Amino acid sequence: MSGLFDKKIFDDLRASREKWEQELKKAFDARPERLERFATVSDQEIERIYTPEQVRELDFQRDIGFPGQFPFTRGCQPSMYRGRLWTMRMFAGLGTAKDTNERFHHLVKAGQTGLSTAFDMPTLMGYDSDSPKARGECGKCGVAIDTLVDMEDLFEGLPIDRITTSMTINPPASVIWAMYIAVAENRGIDRRIIGGTIQNDMLKEFIAQKTFMCPPEPSVRVITDTVEFGTREVPRWNTISISGYHIREAGSTAVQELAFTLADGIAYTQAAVDRGLDVDDFAPRFSFFFNSHLDFFEEIAKFRAARRMWAKIMKERFSAKNPRSWWLRFHTQTAGCSLTAQQPYNNVVRTALEALAAVLGGTQSLHTNSLDEVLAIPTEEAATIALRTQQIIAEESGVGNTIDPLGGSFFVEALTNRMEEEAFEIIHKIDDMGGMLAAIERHYPQQEIADAAYHYQRQIDEGKRTVVGVNKYVTEEEIPVEVLEIDEELEKIQIEKTNRIKNERDQVRVRECLEQVGGACSGGGNVMEPVIAAVKAHATLQEVCDVYRRVFGEYRDPGIY
Amino acid sequence: MTGKRRIRIMVAKPGLDGHDRGARIIARAYRDAGYEVVYTGLHQTPEEIVEAAIQEDVDMIGLSSLAGAHNYLFPRTVELLKEKGADDIVVCGGGIIPDEDIPTLKAAGIREIFTPGTPLDVIVKWVADNVEPRGEY
Repeated sequence: MSGLFDKKIFDDLRASREKWEQELKKAFDARPERLERFATVSDQEIERIYTPEQVRELDFQRDIGFPGQFPFTRGCQPSMYRGRLWTMRMFAGLGTAKDTNERFHHLVKAGQTGLSTAFDMPTLMGYDSDSPKARGECGKCGVAIDTLVDMEDLFEGLPIDRITTSMTINPPASVIWAMYIAVAENRGIDRRIIGGTIQNDMLKEFIAQKTFMCPPEPSVRVITDTVEFGTREVPRWNTISISGYHIREAGSTAVQELAFTLADGIAYTQAAVDRGLDVDDFAPRFSFFFNSHLDFFEEIAKFRAARRMWAKIMKERFSAKNPRSWWLRFHTQTAGCSLTAQQPYNNVVRTALEALAAVLGGTQSLHTNSLDEVLAIPTEEAATIALRTQQIIAEESGVGNTIDPLGGSFFVEALTNRMEEEAFEIIHKIDDMGGMLAAIERHYPQQEIADAAYHYQRQIDEGKRTVVGVNKYVTEEEIPVEVLEIDEELEKIQIEKTNRIKNERDQVRVRECLEQVGGACSGGGNVMEPVIAAVKAHATLQEVCDVYRRVFGEYRDPGIY
Repeated sequence: MTGKRRIRIMVAKPGLDGHDRGARIIARAYRDAGYEVVYTGLHQTPEEIVEAAIQEDVDMIGLSSLAGAHNYLFPRTVELLKEKGADDIVVCGGGIIPDEDIPTLKAAGIREIFTPGTPLDVIVKWVADNVEPRGEY
């Protein structure tokens, strides 16, 4: 294979460059460059101009190629958005299951094409609404789910045999997934038909999002159970959504997001291979979840690099043969941390730019943040504007008319190469530490992220980085926005509902089922069938999680800053 | 020789909320400004925070919440400090706190609330202006 450029052009190019640089010098002598340093959101320095010189070795077939072909730089599917647009999947969850169900129906009516569930903090941490740990948190930043009845109410009237559902749930992912399977089966829908995603990515919890329950090792063991079970029983389900989103929100750079996420993916793949599974059986059901931050080209390059890196990792490191195992399919959420409480309507514009980067980067599904998300759970109006933003990009802007329109841009290709190179360096460092679990124990990713976050905040405070409405173009008068309030009474209502269900169920059956779960945990059997049986008998989320906590122990935050 | 000791600050994360980017940045900023800092780590109940604050003999507690439970967790912390006779410990808070909740929180004894976008220098300077060491060397 040969490079993209005829070697002869570089001589001419050098001459033109020298001429341009002389003229440039004159221009800057008259008026100096606007900034001392031009750098991305992640503080990567960017050059004045990109030419074939920075991508001298670029090889079309090897590095860019065609969508649907190795190394998938331009997209996983051959057709990309010429065939089907990305799934517009708005993350939603508030109050009770009934409240969230109403929001789901509204979003589907407004043209959303997939569901995405946000759970409240007690649910995310494996506690029922009546736990003392849950005081003041019920239904606040997502929906409260205690029992199968809540799950049935959540999906009431929604065609879960046809629409796919994503659930952002981690320590109790096996339990929530079991409830979803139970809802389907109680409706007469085969578990082999249902499609969706559980986030189920514990490694990034220890690194960044910090909803944890059991220590890292048993956490990965339960995840491997779900991977094994999904491969055999629920073939249309994405068993893990390997997430960089939260790593970025915690303050990482784009390259760190890329590296830590793929390193997590390597750890899950290795764990399943070590279990004796064939990589080509389970890897096609791994999906990814990235952040789309404000630095437009850096994000696009990140998505392109991620696809190419994962394809290489799967093919070369894990000897996967099925092209579907090489695919890095991903969901994107625009960066919550880029939104500002000041002048909140500006957030619509930030989100639109971030969404556009995700689309130009070839995302499979997308959540766009609402303008008020920095203040509270979005109102229906704000969530609708966010969805409309995607629809305008999809159906008015024309950016989906051709596949990977930025492919071949000197700048984008150079940035893609550089991010791949830097991210692989970090992955090698993690390999040298003994893999991601060992790296987490040494607090390596946690510390790197904390350093990057502090550096970024200092740059803002020192005015080296502009945040419109915060450290520049500040206004005294704030335009008020409507903020959604969650009724404090809700906690009482939810606790009463859960208590009623707990009183009415077959207690002996529940006890037996929980013992089965405990047996699977300590004996090494797959937890999924026992957990499905337990939730069908109306064991609560916390009751199952308490079994996990008892058998596996609890993880406490080391409190490093 | 007697004299005022260095101000000791506890940065605390009450409740189940895992958003610790802000709390950890603020802990560093206080440390860099020369204060003694104790960071509780995540998922603390108000009871645990108050007990630790008394044990660590801190002069101020900075509470951080980004998941909407501040209306319960912040006043509960102040209430427990009163019960223990330690309400000379100054309590302030920060995070995603809607403007309309701020008067109620202040009435409940939270001395200041810092919302998103507040520069670190403002948060750090507030300590110098509002907190005195409770004990001597």
